[in-house]
Amino acid sequence: METILVLTYTALSTDIEAGSGAALTTASLEAVTAGINLAAQLGATLTIGIVAVDHASAAASLASTGARLLAVSGEPFAQPRYVTDAAACEALCRDARASIVLAPGSSRFARVAAGVAHRLGGFIDTHITAIGGAETVEATRWFYRQRIEAVLTRETRPWFLLLDAGTNTPFAAEPGPAQVEQIQVQLPALRTTVTGLRAPTQTAQTIRPEAQLLLVAGAGWTKKQLDGKTHPTEAGDLILNFLRLTNASLGSSKSLVDQGSDNQPVLPFLTHLNQIGQTGATPRHLKGLSTCCHGEEPHVVGWRFITERRAISLDPNCGWTRGKADVVYIADAFQVIAKLNALLEANHA
Amino acid sequence: MSNPLHIVVCAGIVPDPLQTLEPITGPNGPGLKNEMVLPAVLDPWAASALYEAANLAAKNPGSKVWLISLGPKAKLQQVMMTVAQKASFELVPIDGPIGGFPDAHSTAAALADTIQSLPGLDPAKLLLFGGWESATRGAGVTLQLAGEILGITDQFQGVDQIALNDDGGFEVLERVEGGKHQVSVCAGPPAVLGWATGNLPEPRNNPQTGMANMRTIMPALQKANAAKLEANGLRYLSASLPKQQRTTSVVKDLSPGEIAAELATWIGAE
Repeated sequence: METILVLTYTALSTDIEAGSGAALTTASLEAVTAGINLAAQLGATLTIGIVAVDHASAAASLASTGARLLAVSGEPFAQPRYVTDAAACEALCRDARASIVLAPGSSRFARVAAGVAHRLGGFIDTHITAIGGAETVEATRWFYRQRIEAVLTRETRPWFLLLDAGTNTPFAAEPGPAQVEQIQVQLPALRTTVTGLRAPTQTAQTIRPEAQLLLVAGAGWTKKQLDGKTHPTEAGDLILNFLRLTNASLGSSKSLVDQGSDNQPVLPFLTHLNQIGQTGATPRHLKGLSTCCHGEEPHVVGWRFITERRAISLDPNCGWTRGKADVVYIADAFQVIAKLNALLEANHA
Repeated sequence: MSNPLHIVVCAGIVPDPLQTLEPITGPNGPGLKNEMVLPAVLDPWAASALYEAANLAAKNPGSKVWLISLGPKAKLQQVMMTVAQKASFELVPIDGPIGGFPDAHSTAAALADTIQSLPGLDPAKLLLFGGWESATRGAGVTLQLAGEILGITDQFQGVDQIALNDDGGFEVLERVEGGKHQVSVCAGPPAVLGWATGNLPEPRNNPQTGMANMRTIMPALQKANAAKLEANGLRYLSASLPKQQRTTSVVKDLSPGEIAAELATWIGAE
């Protein structure tokens, strides 16, 4: 019979040095849901491990799962750091003796999960988007940057599965009294200190993972317009106003971001963190609006998890028209976004 | 103050992103149709790692850069014709399969074996670089596993910046959720850095650098050790292209105002 361990951790406060928040992260709660479902499917026992400064509140939120609860806690685990997180997860895994380990594919656990799997003599698969199968565990993930979808299984145990965010409903239940087994961890000398978080130096926040809408700006925004001139300042104003009015998240193509280092006209608020596609992110938003972007494959692989897709392009033969978007408007994005901003502004008023 | 570094960059080769990819199933599991004839490039994020490594080495006299690449020798030779013109490095090729479907644990073990046997490598000066994820498997685990096998417990993933301090330590910026960077200070090598895009543009081709590199690359390719990658119990049940092909409505006859009104409704819709 399989034994399932779900690894979780509590959210950081906005200031890492000030300590940690008590609640589990959304990604952790999604992994809990996946663990409950998989345990029910396989008739397996379920254990949940918590990494936190103080695990009490997180444990209470998991009381209704009926799972065995383990925790590694203390000040060293306030910082997302390889050496401490790997030691914590290793200790939890050894105590749980799990054959299958589920963990959120967040930056914190993606940094350490493979190392922990190696320490346990196990194997890992990441970016899992679905877990199915009747008698065996079958995991679905994408290859070649979301271009090929594969279903795989492993006979070897322990098997670590890192779950992509947004693929399960976060577990939610009333808190209750919880029995938690505290696991002690011997840490080696620490050579790394996390000093904080740093946002890009731009004045406006443009990346909003929780946003309903993604606006993607392509290189066309900085190309010569009908008057034979470039208008990067106007383009920047239009885009930032759109983001302000819609609370959308901003993505970009690599070519537009790269222009900054090639001494071409740039949108100053764009960084490589905005990049969507082959060499960028694959965000999850309900809606996506592409502007001044060709819609070729390297861009579109970043749109795999965008449900509703629309594009504005001057090129009636652009990639978006070939089955990649739901609606493509053949028009000048400068004009459309200016009109759209005016409409949205009026609606806000 | 100079801090000589030994930087090992692990970088695979991947199909050119503009190529159409079609999965096929062979006796050893899934692969790509015509995989060996698809034009290949150095893995994009690993290429960022190589450029950052070369930049770091140039600023720290006495440093050395190795590039370890696992793939079919013929494809490696083809890709190196271009890559060799971008940065100075010593190529250490491993003759092995191409593609995203082999198990990452086997790849990592082959890389770690090779690193451990590099002549002249000082583990105390080692910075193990690579892409944080490949454009093939995209698992984000190979470099981490190689580091773990080598006993390196200071690891950073999604790195966009490293700044060396005079004391031999460094500050590193890792991508985390919400479009932010986590800032860490590490006491110094050895460390693993899985690079994202970094901050450097792709270097221009330098034929002189290319000629210097190629003098060592060709003999290295001829002597490349072969690696057989074990499956480690990994079995593929299917590999397919996404079935979803959207029915695209191409709207050509609306004014900007009419399009804006339609979009405003769409954006506001539940």
